[in-house]
Amino acid sequence: MNVTVKKEARPETDHGTEFVSPPVNIFESKDGYVLEAEMPGVNKEGLEVTLEGSEMTIVGHRRAETPAGETVFRESHLADFRRVFELDPAIDTGKISARIDQGVLTLTLPKSEKVKPRRIAVE
Amino acid sequence: MNHLMRWHRPELSDWLGFGRLTDLRDEIDRLFESPLVELARGSRLLSGWTPALDVYEDRDNVNVRVELPGMKKEDIGLSLHDGSLSISGERKSEEKFQDAEVSRSERFFGRFQRTITLPTPVVSEKVKADYKDGILTVTLPKAEEAKPKRIDVNVN
Repeated sequence: MNVTVKKEARPETDHGTEFVSPPVNIFESKDGYVLEAEMPGVNKEGLEVTLEGSEMTIVGHRRAETPAGETVFRESHLADFRRVFELDPAIDTGKISARIDQGVLTLTLPKSEKVKPRRIAVE
Repeated sequence: MNHLMRWHRPELSDWLGFGRLTDLRDEIDRLFESPLVELARGSRLLSGWTPALDVYEDRDNVNVRVELPGMKKEDIGLSLHDGSLSISGERKSEEKFQDAEVSRSERFFGRFQRTITLPTPVVSEKVKADYKDGILTVTLPKAEEAKPKRIDVNVN
């Protein structure tokens, strides 16, 4: 598997906060990968994407705005988002780009030129 | 005080027929990784898209918050009828990915609908809705008679 999801033994804790894993869609074409992660309540300021070797970590900090008053009914969770991915070595990590819109992070991970299929001219 | 939610069967979305590209094992792993409150909404495998919804109440308003990442404002529908608020819509997957191969597909697409019974009467003309960072916030001002009032006690 190419852009694989690293399985963690149990949810990681950071300063006593538990993280939740955002759902993702991953698409692959000959030019590269596109990864979409859903993180409602997260905007550019709350987003961290880090790369360490072949491992990429996405963290989304939610806006801490609980409306005032009494909670009648709550299904959402207050935890931040976090997920780790193992990247295909074919990805050109210097060219990874990210943008976030309405709580959806879209990461574009192009493959290096040298791994793309190329025709070789015959003299 | 308990407020009963009117239960509305979530609509099944298109993706069920195509088969989701995650294993059953991944789905079970995700159940363990998700906060327990998600289990109450039923397994994602079977129930289609059920966006998370919160209801808060303060002195003047009922506030409803729905997690709807990746939508366009115009694809979200809101209606108020008979003391219930209905939120519905459709999230379409992007055309430009049609040529690519899907390696992993955990996000829901398609239609959804949630209907909730409001805890107090509200003034429908003054309802406001705002969509930011993938969260829809609906502010419903309470009707005057629903607000707590001081009653002065006269001593004769």
